[in-house]
Amino acid sequence: MANVATEHRTGTRHTKKKKLHDHRLWAVLFVGPVFLGLFTFYMMPALASFGLAFTFWDGLTAPSFAGLDNIIALFNSDIFMRSLVNTIVFTGVAVPVTVSLATMIAVLLNQRIKGMIIYRTLYFLPVVTMPVAVGMVWLWLYNTEFGLINYVLGIIGLPEPEWLFNPNIALLSVIAVYVWMTVGNSVILILAGLQGVSTTYYEASKIDGASKMDQFFKITLPLITPTLFFVTVTSMITSLQVFDLIFVMIGDTPAIVNPIRTIVYGVYESGFMLSQMGYASAQAFILFLMILLFTIIQFWGQKKWVHYDA
Amino acid sequence: MKSKIWIHLVLIVGAVVMVVPFFWMISTSLKTYVESVQIPPTIMPSDPQFSNYLAVFESADFFLYYINTFLMTAGRTLAQLLLCSMAAYAFARLVFPFKNTIFILILSVLMVPMQVILIPNYALLTEFGWVDTFYALIVPGMFSAFGVFLLRQFFMGIPKELDEAALIDGCSHWGIYWRIILPNAKPALVALAIFTILNSWNDFLWPLVMTNSESMRVLSVGIASFQGQYSTDFPLLMAAAFLSTIPMLIMFIFLQKHLIAGISLGGVRR
Repeated sequence: MANVATEHRTGTRHTKKKKLHDHRLWAVLFVGPVFLGLFTFYMMPALASFGLAFTFWDGLTAPSFAGLDNIIALFNSDIFMRSLVNTIVFTGVAVPVTVSLATMIAVLLNQRIKGMIIYRTLYFLPVVTMPVAVGMVWLWLYNTEFGLINYVLGIIGLPEPEWLFNPNIALLSVIAVYVWMTVGNSVILILAGLQGVSTTYYEASKIDGASKMDQFFKITLPLITPTLFFVTVTSMITSLQVFDLIFVMIGDTPAIVNPIRTIVYGVYESGFMLSQMGYASAQAFILFLMILLFTIIQFWGQKKWVHYDA
Repeated sequence: MKSKIWIHLVLIVGAVVMVVPFFWMISTSLKTYVESVQIPPTIMPSDPQFSNYLAVFESADFFLYYINTFLMTAGRTLAQLLLCSMAAYAFARLVFPFKNTIFILILSVLMVPMQVILIPNYALLTEFGWVDTFYALIVPGMFSAFGVFLLRQFFMGIPKELDEAALIDGCSHWGIYWRIILPNAKPALVALAIFTILNSWNDFLWPLVMTNSESMRVLSVGIASFQGQYSTDFPLLMAAAFLSTIPMLIMFIFLQKHLIAGISLGGVRR
């Protein structure tokens, strides 16, 4: 009896082991290609970029060790400090505006109204449009002499600002385009979150005599905070990396303290226009640290406002 | 009833803000240069100049830009669909050592911004002799941590009974992956395809850095350099901008439902 039992047990262990062994080969076949690709083009370069930040390198000859020189030079550079401030302002303005605007639009679209699909389509159109093309169209709309916006403002009798040439408002002008371009994406996400809210909550609150405003702030908003958190974090990460719009709207004015330059623009300029690869890597690395830091702060801060328990 | 009218009013104002730039782009693209800088501006072109679109094709090799962009997009998308779904299958169904560690390593790629890997990749691709070739445009874009993650999450939701039945019928893992999992994962595959198509088509920084000859230009780089050349000829620029974005607008209108379902599923435009 005992003998049979042992034999039986070793038998299953044997097949299990064989199956496991089989899985290994399959796993190499299935995961191998992606892992090799991600390792070569993403993981290794990410590590290398950390190393390059501490070198002088023109991209052609061998890099030489620079210690902290690049980092020190960056924090002494007006151009970089301007880019750093611009990047923070860009994200600090664009994200709250996008998320609150998107929440408002999504709540309106979530009512049972006619033409919902048409509205949704129209709000989403800019999201699929090539950002370079978006930049060109808005350069034309913002044009001080012949632009549509200033023409309309002139008719109404409002002042006609030099949108991109007035250093005080140039960054805000680009932020407005960015919000225009990306708000549809957040609308769709928040709309998906809203549609997950059970209608029974509203029915119960109606019986209790809650107003529409009460319903929004006491029921809807708390229930969609996980979605809002997700939208905030992802739009923060993407807005810290904005490049295409800036590149098109800045034109060909390298190395000037431009009011709309961002860190990513600086990475491109230093690395590929001025061949200072080490200096450019240092900027990219600081950007990475910023993204990491802001994301950690967000995750830490979510305890205060995100409700997962519903 | 009254509140519904207000909702429509607010939504219409928003919709107008969204649509006017498109309208202005198309309207300007059909004007003569003189009409485009006329004050007051005309809302509609008085005599639509479709020849502006021909002029775009004559002043730059737009046809070639289309082909390059198409090849880059198709190459990346097909490869991602195959390679990411294979890896996702392994993470959803197979048992192997270091599975979680490898998965977390792959996910960590999601945190690294593109700009950080740009310079080392430029050096690497120079080493490979790939700069200014289709290899540079396509190969690094064939692998996506986001794709693996998205598909793995979806595969986990496919009932295991399906592959157990196939296993008894003598299917190999490749057979289960190919004949059971893939056909059952269409919504997720479509979502990944749409994301990859959209992001490849609109990609700018990568092709800008990794190519330099005119014959390797993609649309985004093409219209940006076009802008540098014809910076004041707005009808020509608007025609070029519209041309480069038409395929994505068409795709969006036809695949709307999938795209929106995909965004709700996958979370974010990457």
